[in-house]
Amino acid sequence: MHSTPGAGAGTTACSGVRVTYAAGADALSDVTLTFAPGEQVAVIGPSGAGKTTLLATLACAMRPAAGSMQVLGIDPWTLPGAELHALRRRLFLAPQAPPLPPRQRVVHAVLAGCLPQWTIWRALRSLIYPRDAEIAREALARFHLEDKLFLRCDRLSGGERQRVALARLIASNADLLLLDEPVSSLDPALALNALEVLQDEASTRGATLVVSLHAVDLALARFSRLVGVKAGRVMFDLPRAEVTDQCLTELYGTELGASMQAPPDEPAAVLKLNRCT
Amino acid sequence: MHLAVVHDLRDPAWHGRVTAAVVFIVLLAPAFYLTEFNPAILWGDTSLRALRQFLGSFFPPAASPEFLQLVLAATWKTVAIATVGTAVAIAIALPAALMATRILSISRIATGRMALLPAIVRTGIRWLLIFLRSIPEIVWAMIFVRAVGLGDTAGVMAIGITYGGMLGKVYIEILESAEQQSATVLLQNGAGRLQAFWYAALPVSLPELTSYTIYRWECAIRASVVMGFVGAGGLGQQMELSMKMLAGGEVLTMLLVFVALVWAADLVSAFLRRVLA
Repeated sequence: MHSTPGAGAGTTACSGVRVTYAAGADALSDVTLTFAPGEQVAVIGPSGAGKTTLLATLACAMRPAAGSMQVLGIDPWTLPGAELHALRRRLFLAPQAPPLPPRQRVVHAVLAGCLPQWTIWRALRSLIYPRDAEIAREALARFHLEDKLFLRCDRLSGGERQRVALARLIASNADLLLLDEPVSSLDPALALNALEVLQDEASTRGATLVVSLHAVDLALARFSRLVGVKAGRVMFDLPRAEVTDQCLTELYGTELGASMQAPPDEPAAVLKLNRCT
Repeated sequence: MHLAVVHDLRDPAWHGRVTAAVVFIVLLAPAFYLTEFNPAILWGDTSLRALRQFLGSFFPPAASPEFLQLVLAATWKTVAIATVGTAVAIAIALPAALMATRILSISRIATGRMALLPAIVRTGIRWLLIFLRSIPEIVWAMIFVRAVGLGDTAGVMAIGITYGGMLGKVYIEILESAEQQSATVLLQNGAGRLQAFWYAALPVSLPELTSYTIYRWECAIRASVVMGFVGAGGLGQQMELSMKMLAGGEVLTMLLVFVALVWAADLVSAFLRRVLA
């Protein structure tokens, strides 16, 4: 593989990237962003703005129609298939609704994060007897779920499933973490806690962390750099201090009034908790 | 306001449905004509008398200890032929399905389309499966009886080949119609195809795969009976002897054994579905 040891090394960037849907409409237009190794960035924006597409594009899960890409310092789309897949081993893309096989037990769902490092034989042996259960237990403990280790995934609540998917990230050793609304099903206290765990893990690893969030207050509270996306374009890319109310009003347009009024408890509670804890 | 948009209350799907119904009837009618299907002839005098005579010769069922012992041995052999045949079929179907199924394709991740070479392999395997199952097991049995002689091996091979083709096709369809996101996520994060199968696609589809395989095992029991008539071992061979000797009672005993076998297969299937649900 191309990775140098200990490397979150390698910038992840896209320049002039355009991504189109199968139907032909643009999902992203002229997106230029650079993420330094170890940087932690929140992506915010209204529903349907292209946050998910942006993360998928950074994860080499969608190929841009135009523009240039760099993932962990490597241009993915010049690589032959096998090396492209080797590059994917070094990143972790977590979709918003974590798809876990309902009958799979939590221990295996979490250890699936180790698969890129495992041979097929090690993976099969782990299904026969999970000798690495300790890895899974520790990862789950970070999210207070260690008692669910041997439960089936369909016995979990939505919020627990979401945290199991995050525990899979902890079990992985990826250098580029791309998380789509990772705390959307969690109550404010848990959301804040889970985000802290993820950020701690990323900085311990020196991994680049890009997180899309719908809770603007959470993004402002936890991230020093915010990227605002609207209608497939980057509206702003600013340090937290420079994100003004006007930026946010422009970003969410008329929706802001509605979204601020509809779930006011959630962000407010998050901020309060942030102060209390 | 929203209602005002629809002025025309005629169902836009109506013409399509009428066309489909007409096409269906037009296609079905010649088939009825061709087969001269007419249930009324069953109640004709000659038919009824022949039927009564044939069925009358079945009573009472044969129950001498020697014959029962013979039937028991033949039954055991039939179950063994069906079981080993199904095992051979799985050994053909599973690798074929793994190679041909779209959901384990890595090349489709970024583009939505498989690369050329895998697409050719996949098509080739589908053709192979069509070939395997398009030749009825009884024909395979006759071929193998000539090749390896009278006996159980011919039956096992005939079932293995035909059912391998059937299982492979249905395995592919089950895997592709189930939830695919779990496997896609693992592939996107760099897991291998086999790893994605064991950690996502298999746990998602296991009950359906098991239940269809058990159903095929039940079919294999019946098929091995039919193949017994051409000398491929088991209950069928015994039944053919009894029919030749016009021993209706023996035939009835064996038919009752079939009913018991299928009933038992149903119980096994229900049990496994309950365990795996």
